[in-house]
Amino acid sequence: MTVKKKASSLFNMVFALFAITLIAGISLGYVNELTLEPKARARLERKVNALKNVLPAFTNSPVDEAVRLSWEGAPDSLEFYPAMQDSTLVGVAVTGGSEKGYNGTVRLLVGFNPDGSIRNIAVLEQKETPGLGTKMKGEAFLKQFREKDPATFDLRVRKDGGQVDALAGATISTRAFAEAVQQAYEVYRSQMEGRPNQTRKP
Amino acid sequence: MKQTPGPKENFLKGIIKENPVFVMLLGMCPTLGVTSSAYNGLGMGVATLFVLLMSNVVVSLIKTQIPAKVRIPAFIVVIASFVTIVEMVLEAFIPFLYEQLGIFIPLIVVNCLILGRAEAFASKNNLPASVIDALGMGIGFTLALTVLGATREVLGNGSLFGFRFVPEDANTFILFILPPGAFIALSYLAIAFNRLTRKVA
Repeated sequence: MTVKKKASSLFNMVFALFAITLIAGISLGYVNELTLEPKARARLERKVNALKNVLPAFTNSPVDEAVRLSWEGAPDSLEFYPAMQDSTLVGVAVTGGSEKGYNGTVRLLVGFNPDGSIRNIAVLEQKETPGLGTKMKGEAFLKQFREKDPATFDLRVRKDGGQVDALAGATISTRAFAEAVQQAYEVYRSQMEGRPNQTRKP
Repeated sequence: MKQTPGPKENFLKGIIKENPVFVMLLGMCPTLGVTSSAYNGLGMGVATLFVLLMSNVVVSLIKTQIPAKVRIPAFIVVIASFVTIVEMVLEAFIPFLYEQLGIFIPLIVVNCLILGRAEAFASKNNLPASVIDALGMGIGFTLALTVLGATREVLGNGSLFGFRFVPEDANTFILFILPPGAFIALSYLAIAFNRLTRKVA
């Protein structure tokens, strides 16, 4: 059962490839246009959900008031999200990252109370070993950071002389996690120095 | 030339006799890479099924217009376009699955199952036969990936489709979630599959 095909003359080959790539290009452009808005919405929703998870109830829009800053040793810009309730600062969320994960980057969103203690932490991005390093998303691991003030809570793994309990069998992932929290804390401190009183005029 | 098989055999061969994963061992990269859970295996299988179906349809429709010497690049452009569409749609509407599958979505392009069916089947057969072939092969691939993902998830994480049936801190065979476990699970499943199908036949 052979299908009659066009002869492989130069013109036929060039024409066939040109036609196919042209149609493919146009349809991809069209689909890209269609999905542009839903894609942006999905990304924003993910960000807002993570913010709601680490911050107390807020009435402003932290995403719109975010401050982006470059930080020494951080490849991407770090983000600083203030959460206000009627012009009172009720919390701040800061992204922090570390390149020292078992499989590359670990990125976190750390929520701070106005007094500097950690409220909650959300994992934004990680490629750790499933079943070992991925337990950093688990409640059992995260709860040791809640309500701790990094000024007095040594953000290093116990093995390195700090106060963080490592995940069983995943010290490297824990180290990266702790480093990312530390970075977020330093960013938080550097930003809060600029605004000594904790209220801000709208 | 042997007689052409009917639509039913054509459909079933992709699931049993020529199952892409357990018999032909095609598309090993996504098979081993993403099947750390049943949900991931199912998602990858359905994404591949869609691309395979669309590429078989298009290749079957344009087969007489493609000069033989440029057929491979032509097929690859068709496949790559549909993969990119799948990637954009997943990112927009199922972001959770998009994050889980990550790098493996673009890699559907080089899944030899898809190019293999375009070259070996769709470029030689009419549209209905190509659709049935794609459905059979795609469903066979999806079933295999889901079973493999379920096996690894149950053994390695103590859960199935995300429902845990062991406590959070129980000791499970983490090996099965790690890459070596993919090879081990796949080989034993392939043995069991071939034993069973041979017995039936």
